Amino acid sequence: MNWPIKKKKNGTAGLNGRIIEMHGITKVYDTGKIQVEALRGIDLTVGRGEFVAVVGPSGSGKSTLLNLLGCLDTPTDGDYRLSGEAVAGLDRDHLADIRNRRVGFVFQNFNLLPQLSALENVEMPLLFGGVGRRERRRRALEQLDAVGLADRVEHKPTELSGGQMQRVAIARALAMEPDLLLADEPTGNLDTSSGSDILSVLDQLSKRGRTLMVVTHDPALARRADRMVEIRDGEIVEDRPTPN
Amino acid sequence: MRLLDWRVIGHLFLRASSLQRKRAILTVAAIAWGTVAIVMLLSFGEGLKNQLMKGRRGMGENIAVWWPDETSKVWQGLPEGRPIRPRMDDITYLRARMTAASGVVGELTSWSSSLTYEQTTITGRVTGTNWEYGELRHHFPQAGGRFFNANDEREKRRVIFLGDELAEEIFADVDPVGKTMFVDRVPYLVIGVMQHKLQMGTYKGPDEGGSVIPITTFAAQFGRQQLTNIVFKARSAEDMPLARDQFNQALAGKYRFDPTDEQVLGLWDTVEGARIMSNMMIGLQFFLGIIGALTLLIGGIGVANIMYAVVKEKTREIGVQMALGARGGWVTGPFVLQGLTYTLVGGGLGLLTAMVMILLLGLVPVEGNAALEFLGKPTLSWQIAFATAAVLGSIGILAGYFPARRAATVDPAETLRYE
Repeated sequence: MNWPIKKKKNGTAGLNGRIIEMHGITKVYDTGKIQVEALRGIDLTVGRGEFVAVVGPSGSGKSTLLNLLGCLDTPTDGDYRLSGEAVAGLDRDHLADIRNRRVGFVFQNFNLLPQLSALENVEMPLLFGGVGRRERRRRALEQLDAVGLADRVEHKPTELSGGQMQRVAIARALAMEPDLLLADEPTGNLDTSSGSDILSVLDQLSKRGRTLMVVTHDPALARRADRMVEIRDGEIVEDRPTPN
Repeated sequence: MRLLDWRVIGHLFLRASSLQRKRAILTVAAIAWGTVAIVMLLSFGEGLKNQLMKGRRGMGENIAVWWPDETSKVWQGLPEGRPIRPRMDDITYLRARMTAASGVVGELTSWSSSLTYEQTTITGRVTGTNWEYGELRHHFPQAGGRFFNANDEREKRRVIFLGDELAEEIFADVDPVGKTMFVDRVPYLVIGVMQHKLQMGTYKGPDEGGSVIPITTFAAQFGRQQLTNIVFKARSAEDMPLARDQFNQALAGKYRFDPTDEQVLGLWDTVEGARIMSNMMIGLQFFLGIIGALTLLIGGIGVANIMYAVVKEKTREIGVQMALGARGGWVTGPFVLQGLTYTLVGGGLGLLTAMVMILLLGLVPVEGNAALEFLGKPTLSWQIAFATAAVLGSIGILAGYFPARRAATVDPAETLRYE
């Protein structure tokens, strides 16, 4: 893996270099008859360059937390600042812009657009970010090269292996140089060897100063993180550094 | 919208090429068919309108026709039920008083005279009238003939002008002009035959089946002076009410009856008839347009249907795009564009098909085809094309808009969670 050296961006992180600042975050799903409290009072602070693993049983609220962190959803109550910017009360288009510039997503099932080539998939966030055609192509190729797929850029997702698809997804997530990379079970759909490929990619990213938050069941992945946050029934029950 | 928005929408639209092709073709065909229906219906309506207007003009423009009748009101000590029977000389009297009329003529009619040329004798209609009648009632002569003139009328010449159908009945293949024929055994010189014309209104049978002679000649031969009709032409359509009023005052003054007596003064005002017919035609066009638009709407529902299916199929992709930072408009824009494209492509094909059909129908000869002579030829006008385009455009936008709105409500958090 060979990422180009990037200068640390100035002024994008909050004061004291915090990417994530969550205080008293709750999320209630109102299904009409019953109210489901998915998150109850989350306090979480993540600094620049941290690699955080989020673990917990199914239904504990991990994915809900990830959606809130990625601005795909808004909290019912509480205060959330992403790179120092308060997210509450922003309209849909504004949230879309934040997702585009500040957050990169990696999903368990890759979620590549099937009719587009690997290159076009990576270009997609750049298109939304208003990057011109030539520059778009240059930066997408750079990212694909970094994940070792320079020779697969014209392939459609169906022509790639699971591990390759996930690497394309990572390249796509990083295309806009986001402050935060969110991954939801990135190795969940991969065999062991492809999974460890992805793990080393994430390791590389962490070493190069990326801020990573990964939801996982995979103990191998959780051990690689700097810090492990465990969630049960919508509350953080444990938050400790991992013994490396 | 910013330039960036259009660029993103255009890009996504061009990328969304993996469409269900068969369904798309069927939908485009449905729109095309709807367009053909609306254009053909409106064009036939237009052709019918043109034909009716032409047929109405066959009798003359801005004219009114009056029949003698009895009074229905008591007036200045005179009882009701008095017959009012103007005579030949009253025409001069009326002309002097009807300044809003550009012409007033009287008619004396013999309904069944024997008309003879060599061995052929038939029974037909002969009308004695003033020489202005030719222009006023659109009795235009075929080449080589003429209508009778002021001299013929003054000199009581025995000249006759024949309707084209009557001429053929009597003379068959012979050219009648210059020949001598007999009206009730009195010889007449045929001076002209009427050009064939389309005539839809008539008050004593179509003009093509009758013959016309100078009113003075008629009076001399038949010994009658009481008019069977008075026909006058207003200077313009707007002058008709005034002309009618002047007619009423003049006739009522001379024959001493109530100038508001509708029974005596009831007449056939073709200007009013034209207005009623024009309104009816507008109503008919509107009706045809609605039928066409409804047909087109079915096609529009097809487009909306296919678009809903596309949105449903692409829910996950929409969610991914949103996660990558696509704004609402960037997600919906391509769908609206797609619906509009289907509609416009279908509409274009339909319009082309309709134009070809109209062109081909235009090649069918109208002469001698009773149905076509009445219906006329379908006529495509700019108004029709514009109305069709407007209906197509709005249906296209609606057909794309509603599915796109559903796409915009996609919750990315929901769609991306699991397979």
